Amino acid sequence: MVEIILFAVFGTVAIAGALTVILARNPIYSALGLMATMFSLSVFYIMHLAHFVAAIQIIVYTGAVMTLFLFVIMLIGVDRTEDTSEQLPNQRRIVIGLGLTIAITTVVLTVGQNFKWVTAPGSGPANWDANADATNGTIQAVGRVLFGADTAERTAGWALPFEAVSLLLIVAAVGAIALAFFRPLRKVGPPPVEDE
Amino acid sequence: MAGPTPYMALAFILFVIGATGLLTRRDALIMFMSVELMLNAVNLTFVAAGRAIGNFTGQISVFFVLVVAAAEVVVGLAIIVAVFQKRNSASVDELSEMKG
Repeated sequence: MVEIILFAVFGTVAIAGALTVILARNPIYSALGLMATMFSLSVFYIMHLAHFVAAIQIIVYTGAVMTLFLFVIMLIGVDRTEDTSEQLPNQRRIVIGLGLTIAITTVVLTVGQNFKWVTAPGSGPANWDANADATNGTIQAVGRVLFGADTAERTAGWALPFEAVSLLLIVAAVGAIALAFFRPLRKVGPPPVEDE
Repeated sequence: MAGPTPYMALAFILFVIGATGLLTRRDALIMFMSVELMLNAVNLTFVAAGRAIGNFTGQISVFFVLVVAAAEVVVGLAIIVAVFQKRNSASVDELSEMKG
């Protein structure tokens, strides 16, 4: 019962935040809506006992990434008006029609039916609560899986992808610094004419 | 609530909303936020599926998706700022220089 109430409340918040992201005229409201969606998703992660994932969801996404978004919004101006005229013919109508069709189809198909989303041994709805105990994602448990503490000696779990991800983060940081530092040489003369 | 069905449906709706925003908005920032929305929806499916089969691999996948998303946001926002300094606009419609 508690799960149903929490799902209803935070599912509503998540969808409202997502709609705010794509409908708001001001990018600040979009960022705040995205923040609400990410926060309610972290509530769902805690309901699934994924505590570590919920923590990094709040710290990294709603903390770091959204701060970055807000910084960039402030940097390029909040009060500029977006050009809403569509360049591609009928693009907006087609996309919104397709999106509504898919969403309504999903809701209609989901209500009252229990899809077998995950086909694996022991993945039936009856094992849903039993499996929750097996995925109690504390930092210790996730770390044991991540670094292969419980696997055989020949495999080291996810240690190699973990190191590759650290390399990726370094490359991203250096790339961002390079993009910010190395300005293109300004040509002497009148500023370039904006073609409009 | 037995089974991952409600969470999968919610994730699907969030994904569709994100895809709609990505295809309809012209502001590069909003498009990036829509991509983040889609990534978050996929993360929710990973966690729900991981609970359904009873192992940690879904949560490990969420971890990697999150790191890749953070790197993507860092580089993407740096590109947006660089383009904004050059063109004084963040609209993707005006970025048709490479069209030839």
